[in-house]
Amino acid sequence: MEAFGLLLHGFAVLLTWKTLVLMMVGLVLGIFVGVLPGLGGPNGVAILLPLTFTMDPTSAIVMLSCIYWGALFGGAITSILFNIPGEAWSVATTFDGYPMAQQGRAAEALTAAFTSSFIGSLVAVLLITFLAPMISSFALKFGPPEFFAVYLLTFCSFVGLGREAKHKTVISMSLGLLLAGIGMDTVSGNLRMTFGSPELLRGVNFLVAVIGLFGISEILLTMEERLALRGHAAGISLRVVLGVWRDLPKYWVTLLRSSFIGCWLGITPGGAIAASFMGYNLAKRFAKEPESFGKGRIEGVFAPETAAHASGTSALLPMLALGIPGSGTAAILLGGLMVWGLNPGPLLFVEHKDFVWGLIASMYLGNVVGLVLVLTTVPIFASILRVPFAAVAPMIVVSCAIGAYAIQNAIFDIWLMLGFGVVGYVFKKIGIPLAPFTLALVLGNRAEDAFRLSMIGSGGTLKVFWSNGLVGSITTLAILLLFWPVIDSLLARVGLTHGTRATSR
Amino acid sequence: MRIPVKAVGAATALLLSTPAFAGWEPTKPVEIVVAAGAGGASDQMARMMQAAIQKNNLMKQPMVVSLKGGASGAEALMYMKSSEGDPNKVLIAYSLIYMLPLSAKIPFNWRELTPVSVVALDQFVLWDNSAGPKTVKEFVAAAKAASAPFKMGGTGSKREDHVLTVFLEQKTGAKFSYLPYKSGGEAATQLVGNHTQANVNNPSENLEVWRAGQVRPLCVFDKERISYTSKVTDTQSWADIPTCKEEGVDVQYLMLRAMFLPGKVTPEQQAFYVDLFHKVTQTAEYKEYMEKQALKPIFLTGKDMVQFLEEDDALNKSLMTQAGFVAK
Repeated sequence: MEAFGLLLHGFAVLLTWKTLVLMMVGLVLGIFVGVLPGLGGPNGVAILLPLTFTMDPTSAIVMLSCIYWGALFGGAITSILFNIPGEAWSVATTFDGYPMAQQGRAAEALTAAFTSSFIGSLVAVLLITFLAPMISSFALKFGPPEFFAVYLLTFCSFVGLGREAKHKTVISMSLGLLLAGIGMDTVSGNLRMTFGSPELLRGVNFLVAVIGLFGISEILLTMEERLALRGHAAGISLRVVLGVWRDLPKYWVTLLRSSFIGCWLGITPGGAIAASFMGYNLAKRFAKEPESFGKGRIEGVFAPETAAHASGTSALLPMLALGIPGSGTAAILLGGLMVWGLNPGPLLFVEHKDFVWGLIASMYLGNVVGLVLVLTTVPIFASILRVPFAAVAPMIVVSCAIGAYAIQNAIFDIWLMLGFGVVGYVFKKIGIPLAPFTLALVLGNRAEDAFRLSMIGSGGTLKVFWSNGLVGSITTLAILLLFWPVIDSLLARVGLTHGTRATSR
Repeated sequence: MRIPVKAVGAATALLLSTPAFAGWEPTKPVEIVVAAGAGGASDQMARMMQAAIQKNNLMKQPMVVSLKGGASGAEALMYMKSSEGDPNKVLIAYSLIYMLPLSAKIPFNWRELTPVSVVALDQFVLWDNSAGPKTVKEFVAAAKAASAPFKMGGTGSKREDHVLTVFLEQKTGAKFSYLPYKSGGEAATQLVGNHTQANVNNPSENLEVWRAGQVRPLCVFDKERISYTSKVTDTQSWADIPTCKEEGVDVQYLMLRAMFLPGKVTPEQQAFYVDLFHKVTQTAEYKEYMEKQALKPIFLTGKDMVQFLEEDDALNKSLMTQAGFVAK
């Protein structure tokens, strides 16, 4: 096989002491960047980009992509230990990861998160290796109607498959959509809801909202309840790790499903966030006892982490093959490529074989080394939970504030973060789910743009969403998912399914 | 070759006068403010400058790229406006400095900033899918004959690409449905995927898909052809693309790429940056970049720059008014 030969060539490029050292440095820096809430992959890579200007392109991309892998691994740590997602796609990891930490199973949750990240990335890298040319032509099939259909699918799967009361999900989602409208409207070129304030021009940043909604509100709740972080640091040992790994085969369906969702959404830009939520929701829907999700189920960590990382990795493919970055970090890497004198695009694979295959080989090696590295450092991170709350809380608040500020260098964002902290606290008190809110905030704008562009392109007819097989099947699936509870109970009533789920309620 | 001669003259003048403004230099990292998203043309240029300055040791302090692409770049303009007196921030500007205040009523006026230098002029090219019409004439005929909306992709609404689309309509009588995307890169892939029929991207935005044979350049919106004659694809160079005027559609537009400091900085500080960016334009990195991205070289500073800006502002204002994009 040609791909196999090229991959071996890539490994040959990679296996020099210098490259391996750079790889380790990148991974350690990345994990560190991932652990700090809000700093995250994109900012970390952006800060460290100038370091690479004097390196040769292959060393540079190996180091930067290792920072990326490290940040992907590291992002799970704060989600699980503090309920503060380091990256947008870590939000779904908090749903079950944090309860697990509260029950004293932090080490288990972390092991699960790292392992599933590894599996997700591995599947995506395999896909990149063998299907690169085919996948890039698939991504080209996506015009505005297709993009809108994917976003619609994400929203609908949330309403239809979510655990919470439907009306609360819709309320939360609508508020998110409303806030997403603040700022410049791309389609009309006009400002909306800025009320003449220059601070509102750039809109509400998603990460600022997430840090406040999840991080600050959690601190408020903890202060109110008992001034102590819940949960005890479990003694991580080889036994815990092996235990998680031994159970891994039991979850092969979940892992496979999430990998598939991740790869699919990763190659369509902006999919990583949608992927993690969709992976989680589908795992819950197909589980035998969906009620136990959100209360510390290990599958609830496996599903979103696998999907997020499969998509985080496969997002590099459209970046390399088409020059469209699938994620924020991929966008910065794209800038890096240009500086090193490489032009991402269809010809990159032909003209710069050393670079492309060196990068792909580094994805394999970086993930293996990264997994070993994070697993051996789990005890250090898990021990944070043993530190008294009074000492940890101020540190968390400060690092949240730094994170919120660093995203756009705006003091206003710190106030916004605190505001969202209070909103998050109130939402948690009255039982309105936060996830639909954050989802709508991040995808709302893109969904709106895609919808309006579809309308301009089609002359205003909704038929465009069924105009070809691809968009038609996604749209239909979305609508089916939206009404899934109704359909499910109807099917049960006419006896077409065994109906255990419907009758048990 | 008028402009390079001028540049050499300016270089000599600058070299002679160097000691006079050796007084000031930045004492902390300099922020280069980009009024667009990651990976766009401004970002690429900023990173080229960052690399050129670092590799050639042109400045003691490091330079960091700061992306302020929020609100279609308005974020960067307001940021510069509010940084009055801060000599450690430099904006890499393009025609949005004229257009955004008109279309979105952003309270901004470029005259409140300190001009440093115009460093390049960017071209616009009419592109279609390589499976589409082969000449401008066929293209116009196809647009007129189309029953479904004939889709033109571009960056943003009521901006350069949109203005050009309106003028194409006026000069040819064809109707286009303009689809505003978030970036030129997105407009390029949407054209390749046949979701739009054409776009008016800058050369840099469509370069790679052109080299891959996925899109075709029809004509360039300038009064003369692009000067670079080395082959870009197997058969064509930038200079092989006819001007739109040659093809019977008289529409011309060039976009500035210019550096600005915030308002109220001292003349010494301004002089430091004029010198810095002049040195940047002398580096191999800059020259290579200009050719690769098919940018038109230019270096204007001082009175020449202000005069250029005033004329360019008037031109953009009249185009925006004619296109009906000025907010009431």
